[in-house]
Amino acid sequence: MHEMALAESVVGIVEDYARRECVKRVRTVRLEIGRLSNVELDAIRFCFDAVTRGGVADSAMLDIEEVPGTGWCMRCAVQVPLAAMLDVCPRCGGCEVTVTGGTEMRVKELEVE
Amino acid sequence: MCTTCGCGESGTLIEGDAHEHAHADGTVHSHAHGHSHGQVRIGAEITASAEEAGLLHFGMGAAGAHAPGMSQARMVRIEQDILGKNDAYAAENRRRFAERAIFAVNLVSSPGAGKTTLLVRTIEALAGRLPVAVIEGDQQTSVDAERIRATGAPAIQVNTGKGCHLDALMVSRAIARLAPADGTLLLIENVGNLVCPADFDLGEAHKVVILSVTEGEDKPLKYPNMFRAANLMILHKTDLLPYVAFDVEKCIAHARRVNPAIGVLQLSSMSGVGLDPWLEWLARGAHAARVARERAIDRLQRRVVELEAEFAPTQG
Repeated sequence: MHEMALAESVVGIVEDYARRECVKRVRTVRLEIGRLSNVELDAIRFCFDAVTRGGVADSAMLDIEEVPGTGWCMRCAVQVPLAAMLDVCPRCGGCEVTVTGGTEMRVKELEVE
Repeated sequence: MCTTCGCGESGTLIEGDAHEHAHADGTVHSHAHGHSHGQVRIGAEITASAEEAGLLHFGMGAAGAHAPGMSQARMVRIEQDILGKNDAYAAENRRRFAERAIFAVNLVSSPGAGKTTLLVRTIEALAGRLPVAVIEGDQQTSVDAERIRATGAPAIQVNTGKGCHLDALMVSRAIARLAPADGTLLLIENVGNLVCPADFDLGEAHKVVILSVTEGEDKPLKYPNMFRAANLMILHKTDLLPYVAFDVEKCIAHARRVNPAIGVLQLSSMSGVGLDPWLEWLARGAHAARVARERAIDRLQRRVVELEAEFAPTQG
């Protein structure tokens, strides 16, 4: 399961940081996940709880900031909002839209003790 | 069982590998391999089990750290890509491939699209023309690697356990075991899955997505991330076209809608029709990898001459 691997990568980043900075406990993990990424938010929440158990981020809150999808329409030469990867341009209805944002998968911030 | 720490079941070890264990109580320790061992822990998150020669088994690792005591909480900015570690391993693989003129191709598809059959046909057709090595990814069994080894090509099976995709560290370890010769065409058959392998860079030169005509022509629209990540789409099992309702033109249009730059080849591994352009595509890539390495060596040699001239003791 893909989200399990992502959750383990998140915990890897958190635990590396905790070791390096001598953090005793991580209370909150804030992620930035693009709406056009392959990530299912409920699945990553479920996996996060499972993989943090017994570690420095045990019972930590997972806070997910969703980044809206954006694209660049070649015809209109403007940035447009995209709800899905294959959306047409909301202005001209054309398909020549290149995705420019919304595929992020980042660990943004931690609340640590 | 590991006689050093008492954990793990029997299995063939990977000689010379140092490894680390995390126990249920959170203790972590590491030691070099001098004993038979089931669970090989690599890094913080992936556990591998070496079952037999030619098979790496990767499962999930438990995170091991504990922290008593509490103090004042504070927010810290981290700003790290979740897949940053995988990307770093992939970059290292890519550097190694370039150094050794290895042309690596990552083959992705849904289960049953005919990846292994295509590989077998490809290896047979390239025999004597190009050295080929194969990494086979599956959740379980080494059936596919055995099929490849029957052709005479070296192959290693990576079992991902619960995982649904190969990652760059698995490939890195598989390459270490395969030790492909310089100038090898390395074919990596990913786990049959059109979702997750799209996100995991393995260090390959290209992702090639295989879509068989027994599937729907709307797959590129249903799984856009994968078709966007691929450079080439192979429409496979074209010998079955007379028997299925599959609109080739529509499928290609869907793929180009997702990825305008995607190349398309149509072929049948059964009849061999359309196989030649695929073999040429591979040969061109392998040739380009060799040329790139020669150029890099030339550049370095010129730089050595320049530096020698610069630091040579002045005459006279």
